Amino acid sequence: MSTISIRKYASENGALAGLLVLALVIALMQPAFLNAQNLLNVGVQAAVIAIMAFGMTFVVVAGGIDLSVGSIAALAAMVGALTAGPVGLLVGALCGLVNGALISYGKLPPFIATLAMLSVARGLTLVFSEGQPHETDELVTFLGSNLAPSLPLPLLLMLAFFGVTGLILTRTNLGRRMYAIGGNEEAAKLSGIDVRRNKLWIYALSGLFAAAAGLVLAGRLGSAGPQAAAGYELDAIAAVVIGGASLSGGVGRATGTLVGALVLAVLRNGLNLLQVPPFWQQVVIGVVIALAALLDSLRRR
Amino acid sequence: MNALITARGITKHFGATKALDGVDLDINAGEVHVLLGENGAGKSTLVKVLAGIHGHDAGTIEGRASLAVIHQELALVPELSVAENLFLNRLPRRFGFVDRAEMRRRAPELLRKVGLNVDPDAKVKDLGIAQQQMIEIARALDKDTSVLILDEPTAVLTDTETDRLLEIMAQLRDNRVGLVFITHHLDEIQRVADRITVLRDGRSVGVLGPRATTQHMIELMVGRPIDEQYPRARQRPGAPLLHIQGLTRRGVFEDVTIEVHAGEVVGIAGLVGAGRTEVARAAFGVDGYDHGTVAVDGKPLPRHNVQAAIKAGLGLVPEDRKGQGLVLTATVGQNLELVTLDDRDEKRLHDIAGKLRIKGRVEQPVKELSGGNQQKVVIGKWLLADPKVLILDEPTRGVDVGAKVEIYELINRMTAQGRAVLLVSSDLPEVIGMSDRVVVMAHGRVAGELPKGATQDQVMALAVQEIPA
Ligand SMILES: Nc1ncnc2c1ncn2[C@@H]1O[C@H](COP(=O)(O)OP(=O)(O)OP(=O)(O)O)[C@@H](O)[C@H]1O
Ligand SMILES: [Mg+2]
Repeated sequence: MSTISIRKYASENGALAGLLVLALVIALMQPAFLNAQNLLNVGVQAAVIAIMAFGMTFVVVAGGIDLSVGSIAALAAMVGALTAGPVGLLVGALCGLVNGALISYGKLPPFIATLAMLSVARGLTLVFSEGQPHETDELVTFLGSNLAPSLPLPLLLMLAFFGVTGLILTRTNLGRRMYAIGGNEEAAKLSGIDVRRNKLWIYALSGLFAAAAGLVLAGRLGSAGPQAAAGYELDAIAAVVIGGASLSGGVGRATGTLVGALVLAVLRNGLNLLQVPPFWQQVVIGVVIALAALLDSLRRR
Repeated sequence: MNALITARGITKHFGATKALDGVDLDINAGEVHVLLGENGAGKSTLVKVLAGIHGHDAGTIEGRASLAVIHQELALVPELSVAENLFLNRLPRRFGFVDRAEMRRRAPELLRKVGLNVDPDAKVKDLGIAQQQMIEIARALDKDTSVLILDEPTAVLTDTETDRLLEIMAQLRDNRVGLVFITHHLDEIQRVADRITVLRDGRSVGVLGPRATTQHMIELMVGRPIDEQYPRARQRPGAPLLHIQGLTRRGVFEDVTIEVHAGEVVGIAGLVGAGRTEVARAAFGVDGYDHGTVAVDGKPLPRHNVQAAIKAGLGLVPEDRKGQGLVLTATVGQNLELVTLDDRDEKRLHDIAGKLRIKGRVEQPVKELSGGNQQKVVIGKWLLADPKVLILDEPTRGVDVGAKVEIYELINRMTAQGRAVLLVSSDLPEVIGMSDRVVVMAHGRVAGELPKGATQDQVMALAVQEIPA
């Protein structure tokens, strides 16, 4: 391999390098980090955010943003607990479709449309639940369970969603169109791409992925809570951006997002192991997000 | 003696690409120094090295001159007003706030200098691309600089504005300013050049004097002579393929009727603001219209529907490659396949890239290509789609003379296969040389039609027609 392709490889995997360094530092300070059970835990902790962030990747690559994923996850889990899991998925996709319709046909900025949905979906969750947590059924509980002692299903689901996301982004026309729409919407339109219809599907996908993440979370906890996944949208966005996607659209990859979600999970886990007080944890996480974004922008120069 | 800047042995790599290889360049006071070379020869890179935007790997640059550069890609803020763009970075201030009165006082003065008649309060995004270019030029003129570098400023200008710019350049030269001028229009070079440095593949292959012939320039830069600059091969026209009938959008264009037959190239000439681009966009369904019909191969198209137009067999290469033609974040290949996503064909894609002699790899980000090579990608995207009728809006902007001929040959091939081309162009020799007939537009109307062999004077006579009372 020539020096150029090595450099290219390293720069394309800047987030991965960051993840490894982070893991190394934590492992040196607290060897228990490398304990197999702990590593599995990290994976499970990453799963919910990762699945949500995969859906967010579609939206961000297409030049948008989805602030409603946390609320949609909670609504889907609650509807799932009150009726059945698949209904929850359906509701999530529907919420996404509404986002897409407001954005493409109502011409609302994505920030506003999904901010409205953040409130509506959370409100509906509170209404349906009457403010109480509800137990999940067998199917949903199974999603959060372990197939074998060291084989948590959430981890496998995360990997499955990772594969599907990569396939959609790189191997489907919908994926190719996401990059075109996010890179230059006008050029995409003039090339015959039905921008509005594609946006509908993109936001629907994000809603569906958020719903899946909500079900996994509820399954893990054994119940759907009215305040579940509050604020998760910010973690999802952070994972996507740490993974190297650009909020101005046209750039982003499934691997990046996976690494981004893992960075967040490793960091939280490490801070807990190191017994950093929770208030300080927030500060550290914020600093790491800023650093990641900064490194990325330096690399692009 | 009067060298303002002396560059010696400039070498610059981008990864494995050697963009510049030991180039020497002198910029003298009171001289217009032309940089000539094929697309991707390294002209813009040299300019960016001189301006300090790119570092260089080897060589020396001496001389401290205050430098102003008009770059190949427009660098205006679309959401700001004309006046604000003119004084960007050095907005006049009073008590720490922008002094709008002062700005409004000085803006018209500058605009007059370049002969631009626009409202200083208009937003830049509402102006045409030629007007935007003139604003860039006006902005550069406001600074007191000893060296002015112009990277293909005339690519988006029509003859009138080009004349104005060349006049301004001559004035600056008389005021002892050192000028560097890049253009692919050889006639402009003959009008202003004092010295011509020819670049090929990043190397300087010769320095010519002001009286160099076009043949000499072409041979030096392309490495072979070009016999026929406009090699149009006419076909016997077949059935009408595109029929624009009575197309009207109030206040923009009125009652425009144009018919293009199979095997034909029909040109549309006219001044900036004559409504040519607007008609092309309306026909393709990008914008709506009030009256009239557009039919492809006998079938009427719905209004304002690009997908339907493409399905019916229409294509449009837009005039603004950065704003409307390219997805800059994507690769060359991803841009080429954009219209034909549903039936992708790797082999044809590489084929087209080769035929257009696109200098750059298919998997390379398109933003790393030189301006002219980016333009070839926009054209290639539509050649791949193989539409029945292709509308080309200023297709050869920024393309070098050799590559232009390749594009004309591809147009010939399309028409030989029974396709039709509608060619909108401000380049008079091109529109006259490549079209089988030329429709001239003025003030949003068809002012007349000229057969093959029309002269530039005949076209201009129709183009400057007054509005009939
Ligand atoms: N940022 C970049 N990264 C990689 N390669 C680049 C970059 N900028 C330019 N190049 C390459 O350097 C070469 C010279 O490009 P340059 O833009 O200087 O050409 P040019 O002579 O200005 O062409 P044109 O007439 O088309 O404007 C090209 O092969 C181009 O692809
Ligand atoms: Mg250039």
